Amino acid sequence: MNPNLSRRHFIKAVIASSVAAASHTGIRSAGAQERHRGAVERLISLNINGRTRRVDVLPQETLAYTLRYKLGLTGTKIGCNRGECGACTVLIDDIPNYSCSTLTHSVRARGVLTIEGLQAADGTLHPVQQAFIDELAPQCGFCTPGQVMSAVALLKENPKPSREEVRQALSGNLCRCGAYDHYLNGVMRASGQS
Amino acid sequence: MPSYDVMPDVQLFQPAEVDDALNLVDQYGKDGWILGGGQDTYGWLKDRAKHPTALIDLNGIEALHGIRETVDGIEIGATTTLREIIASPLINRDFELLVRAASRVASPQIRNVGTLGGNVSQDARCWYYRRGLACYRAGGNICYADSPQGMNREHALFDASRCVAISPSDTATALVALEATMIARSVNGSRNIAAEDFFVGPATHITNMTSLESDEILTAVQIPSRWAGSRFYFEKVADRDVWDFALVSIAVVMKMDGDTIAKSRFVCGGVACTPYRLLDVEKAARGKTLSDESGDAIAALASQGAKPLNYNHFKIPLMENLVRRAMRG
Ligand SMILES: Cc1cc2nc3c(=O)[nH]c(=O)nc-3n(C[C@H](O)[C@H](O)[C@H](O)COP(=O)(O)OP(=O)(O)OC[C@H]3O[C@@H](n4cnc5c(N)ncnc54)[C@H](O)[C@@H]3O)c2cc1C
Ligand code: FES
Ligand code: FES
Repeated sequence: MNPNLSRRHFIKAVIASSVAAASHTGIRSAGAQERHRGAVERLISLNINGRTRRVDVLPQETLAYTLRYKLGLTGTKIGCNRGECGACTVLIDDIPNYSCSTLTHSVRARGVLTIEGLQAADGTLHPVQQAFIDELAPQCGFCTPGQVMSAVALLKENPKPSREEVRQALSGNLCRCGAYDHYLNGVMRASGQS
Repeated sequence: MPSYDVMPDVQLFQPAEVDDALNLVDQYGKDGWILGGGQDTYGWLKDRAKHPTALIDLNGIEALHGIRETVDGIEIGATTTLREIIASPLINRDFELLVRAASRVASPQIRNVGTLGGNVSQDARCWYYRRGLACYRAGGNICYADSPQGMNREHALFDASRCVAISPSDTATALVALEATMIARSVNGSRNIAAEDFFVGPATHITNMTSLESDEILTAVQIPSRWAGSRFYFEKVADRDVWDFALVSIAVVMKMDGDTIAKSRFVCGGVACTPYRLLDVEKAARGKTLSDESGDAIAALASQGAKPLNYNHFKIPLMENLVRRAMRG
C-alpha cells in the first residue's frame, strides 16, 4: 500500500467500493410507472455547504451516512445512530436535524449545512466555534460538532438568547463528558453576552 | 440482538399526490410503511425488528401539510411537524394544551421533523417488543414484561389484556382531551374517527395501537372549537426532561362557570395502552372550585381500579398528584 495514503483514505476507499458492490445487488430498477408515482432516482444533486454535489444515494441511506462515507465530510459524527444523542446534528434549511435519522433523499431540494461549512473562506472560525475554544467548552470533543450546529441555528433565529433559551436549544445534544455549562458559556459569549 | 449501522435495503416512494400515496399503501398493504418524520421508524429498521419492503414518504404531498382555520375550529395536516404546531399563533391562541404537550416530545431535533400524524400513530415503546421479541404484540403468545422477571416499571396500570404496554404519544392525551377527530383515507374513501376511538387497547387489537387499517393514511386532525381558550393543564413526568417518554402525564381541559368547574376532561398518558380518561374525576370535579382542598377531595378517584404490576406501583400516587396539581387555583 502506498505509504502516503492515510488510513482514513484507505478506509474511505474500501467503503466506497463495498457500496459500489452493494448497489449492484441491492436495488431493483424503478420502472417508468413506479418513477411516475414517486419512486426515487439514485443519482441526485445535493446542496451541501453551498456547493452542489452529485451523488449516488441508496433509497434507504441516511444523511449521516452519505455525508461521512460518500462525501468524506466526517466532521458530522455518528454516536447512537438512532436519534438519541445529537452528535450527528446538521442544519437543513437552517433547522437542526439528526442526520442519522434523516433520509438523504428527503433533503434533495434543500440546503444542508455541516460543521465543515461554517468557517469563512479565509479560515476564520465561526463565532460559535471560536467562543467554544475560548471557553474551553469541549472535553473529548465528540459531541462538539453537533453542539456547534445547534448553537449556530439558535443564534440565527435568536441572536441574543437567554441562558435558559440556550439550554433548551442545546437540549437535544448529549454530552457524555458533561461539559454542558461550558457550552452554555460558549454560546453566551458568541452572542456577545458575557 | 445486534444493532446495525446502516438501514436495510428498502424501496422509497416520495409521491406528490394523496391518491398516489393511497394507491401505494393499498398495493403494499402490510409490507408498506408510511413515513412522516421517520423518528419512530428508523430504529425499527436499523434493529431489523420490522421488515417493510417499501417506505411511502408523505412529506412531498402539500395537501397533507399545514394548519388551517375551519368553520368550527382548526385542521392540522398529518405531516405538520411538532415544531410548526408549537410555533403556530392559531394553536397557541385556542389550543395551547396541544402546544404544551408537543413541546414535551423527545428533543428539539426530533420535534423539528416529527409529524403530528407520526406522533399519534407511533408504536408501543415496550423494550421487549422493541427488541423484536415475539411477544403478543408482535404476534407471539407471551408477554415478557408481565412475567415474574419482567421489567415493567414503565408499563400499564389499566386495561391491559395480555400485553401491558402503554401509549407513548404525548400529543395523544391532549387530542383526546380536546375531543379531536382524526381523518383517515384509503382508496375506498375517507372516515372520521373520534380521537378516543382512534387509540385502541390490546383487548381490541393487540398488534395495533390505533384503529387505522393497513391501507389507510391519517390525513388530518381536526380540533373543534368546543374547548378553544378553555382552562388547560398539561404536565408530563419523565425520568429525564429530554428524549424520554412519560411515566405518567396529564392533559386537562376545563370550562369554568365563575369560580367553579362546569365541565372538564381529564386524560392521563402512560397508564394504559390508550390515553386514559379519568371519568370519575371529571364527574367529581363538576361544581368544585380550583383549590388544594378540591384536589385532595377527588385525587384518589384517579387511580381506582388500577392493577399495578411488579414495578409500577409508583404510578398510582403520581397520577393522583397530577390531578391535585391540575386542580390548584
Ligand atoms: C429518542 C426518542 C425519544 C422520543 N421521545 C418521545 C416523547 O417523549 N414523546 C412522544 O410522544 N414521542 C417520542 N418519540 C417518538 C417519535 O419519534 C415522535 O413522537 C415523533 O413525533 C414521531 O413522528 P414521526 O413523524 O417522526 O413518525 P414516523 O416515524 O414517520 O411514523 C411513526 C409511525 O406512524 C406511522 N405514520 C406516520 N404518519 C402517518 C400517517 N399520516 N398515517 C398513518 N400512519 C402514519 C408510520 O408508518 C409509523 O409506523 C421519541 C422518539 C425517539 C427516537
Ligand atoms: S447519531 Fe444521530 S442522534 Fe445520535
Ligand atoms: S465533550 Fe465529550 S461528549 Fe461532549
